[in-house]
Amino acid sequence: MSASPRASSPASSNGSEPVGAAFILKKAVLSALVALGLFSLMVGVRTEAGQSGQLEYWTRFGELASLVGAVFIGSIVVELLRMWLGPRGGLGSFVPSSVQNGMSVAGRYLAPALLIFTFLVPVIFYNQRYILDLGILVLTYVMLGWGLNVVVGLAGLLDLGYVAFYAVGAYSYGLLSTTFGLSFWICLPLAGILAAFWGVLLGFPVLRLRGDYLAIVTLAFGEIIRLVLINWQDVTGGPNGISGIPRPSLFGIPLTPGEGGLASMLGIPFSPTHRIVFLFYLILALALLTNWVTIRLRRLPIGRAWEALREDEVACRALGINITTTKLTAFATGAMFGGFAGAFFATRQGFISPESFTFQESALVLAIVVLGGMGSQLGVALAALAMIGGFELFRSLEVYRMLVFGLAMVLIMIWRPRGIVGHRAPTVFLEKSKSISSDLVKEGHG
Amino acid sequence: MSSAPILALENLTMRFGGIIAVNALSFTAQRKQITALIGPNGAGKTTVFNCITGFYKPTSGVIRLTHDDGAQFEMQKLKDYNISKQAKVARTFQNIRLFPGMTALENLMVAQHNALMKASGLTFLGLLGVPSWRSAEQSAIDNAVFWLKRVGLLDRADDAAGNFAYGDQRRLEIARAMCTGPALLCLDEPAAGLNARESGALSELLLSIRSDHDTSILLIEHDMSVVMEISDRVVVMDYGVKIAEGTPREIRDDPKVIAAYLGTDEEEAAAVMEAEA
Repeated sequence: MSASPRASSPASSNGSEPVGAAFILKKAVLSALVALGLFSLMVGVRTEAGQSGQLEYWTRFGELASLVGAVFIGSIVVELLRMWLGPRGGLGSFVPSSVQNGMSVAGRYLAPALLIFTFLVPVIFYNQRYILDLGILVLTYVMLGWGLNVVVGLAGLLDLGYVAFYAVGAYSYGLLSTTFGLSFWICLPLAGILAAFWGVLLGFPVLRLRGDYLAIVTLAFGEIIRLVLINWQDVTGGPNGISGIPRPSLFGIPLTPGEGGLASMLGIPFSPTHRIVFLFYLILALALLTNWVTIRLRRLPIGRAWEALREDEVACRALGINITTTKLTAFATGAMFGGFAGAFFATRQGFISPESFTFQESALVLAIVVLGGMGSQLGVALAALAMIGGFELFRSLEVYRMLVFGLAMVLIMIWRPRGIVGHRAPTVFLEKSKSISSDLVKEGHG
Repeated sequence: MSSAPILALENLTMRFGGIIAVNALSFTAQRKQITALIGPNGAGKTTVFNCITGFYKPTSGVIRLTHDDGAQFEMQKLKDYNISKQAKVARTFQNIRLFPGMTALENLMVAQHNALMKASGLTFLGLLGVPSWRSAEQSAIDNAVFWLKRVGLLDRADDAAGNFAYGDQRRLEIARAMCTGPALLCLDEPAAGLNARESGALSELLLSIRSDHDTSILLIEHDMSVVMEISDRVVVMDYGVKIAEGTPREIRDDPKVIAAYLGTDEEEAAAVMEAEA
């Protein structure tokens, strides 16, 4: 059997079901009718408020006709493509297997190449503030993605309120530094510990819930934290937030102009870019710490227990694994990294308010984890780059930005339903590390 | 070494609403022996297993486990994970429950979780990679390799468990249970779905686990050839109560057991009654 499956598939599809011109036309007409129904009111009739507030409307049958025509022709094209590419084609078959093999080879060198490039970004783009800021933003989300990956990807617990821990971290640093004048480097671990503490506090009551119920409760927790931040005016400043949060120092040396600043100590002229570069390397170091700890944890019994929990909770109980504490440690670890990222966010912005910690952020970080491939460190980093960087890339498209972005996400999920990096790498091996197909890896039940 | 039986059930009763699945069941499993629990479908065997291994809390009764050193555990009072962790009872499942997305080796490493957690200093020492953790990890891998070799799956150590054939999955699950270092191994229908050759190999494996590894075994099984070949004692259940107990030979000739399995017509039943009277 040397024939490729693709060569035989059109024949089988023709044999098994009648795919003729009539079938395609029928489908296209049906799609066109649906389009007509949808667009006749959305596009066909244009309404506006007139000058004295009265309703003005006019018809646009030309545009309507062209839209319906486009759907009709598009539907025929899609059907023809489907015929050529075989019955089960999907979008995966647009990528030939040779290219996919090449991609897996490239994947081995991708992570180191990406890392080296990231280190060089401040050198290459020293004068482009926009790119440096974007890099910092992307790295912040890479870190958040890696943090949430512990909870969602490894332990299989669907957490829709991750932003709560980000907020706890940010407010911890904001309040500790403005009230007690503590430095960033003291506050950073404190922010992580406090976030982990809140993670455990949330975990205790909710971890007996599973699946959808857990997701809803964590969602509510995220909202509760935000509402507390808005309404507890005496402490958090309410909607006004906290301003004047101290900028980070290089182990006590401030990055300011004039005497005692880093620039004058090194004898170089001061530039505001120094701080941006410093922030870039700071978040890079924090993200790499997250990555390193996660990779180490996966190879330790606790990390294996997280993955086992995702695979089969009942079997874990039979093997003497305490499910409650195992889930709590996953929650606390993820929350701690969220707290670190939050502290960084606060020191970068210098100002925080509850507006920065909406559900939108939780959803974005979760999308990064799911898109990247749950459990994969490289996948999450790529997804963060694609989501945050890609969103910036489409800025020129203005109002269509969300549309194009949404379409891109849908296409990726059709092409790779288990994320960019779908397979799982074993944590321990005797002879050879064989990556495990995503079909076998469970997603967890919450 | 303690002289008490490894496992003693006293008046175990499990009620689900109005249904009495197990009714005042008492039996013992002797140390270093293979005890089989048999009975027709729906007799309550798996319910007994779930009570012993902590998945159900019995309505009443006592499940007492005695280790070789005399340490006693009343298992109806233990938390589910402590039944494996402290009382050293391991089990397999009627419908196999491996971790399909993890390799065979990883499956066996997860089974050694509690020992490894301790060795890794609750993760903190392991995170730093201290030498004592490294050696503990290596000995855990050696233990896993030993059991993989024992069940004949060493060459597939790095393959995902979900890819294994049915019989291999059954043996891997037994190896995983043995990696917890159990005093009592509970097997729920280990021979189900195996062919004659595979069930022969299974019998050998179980006999060697009993004799070489100081492990007592309690098993539920429908395959009578396996039960008769390897069990030291057999307990027969029907409708939630014990109807017979004895050596395989005694059980084979017990009219009540035959009646429970094959059913009786009125005459035979009367004959059984008479014979008993």
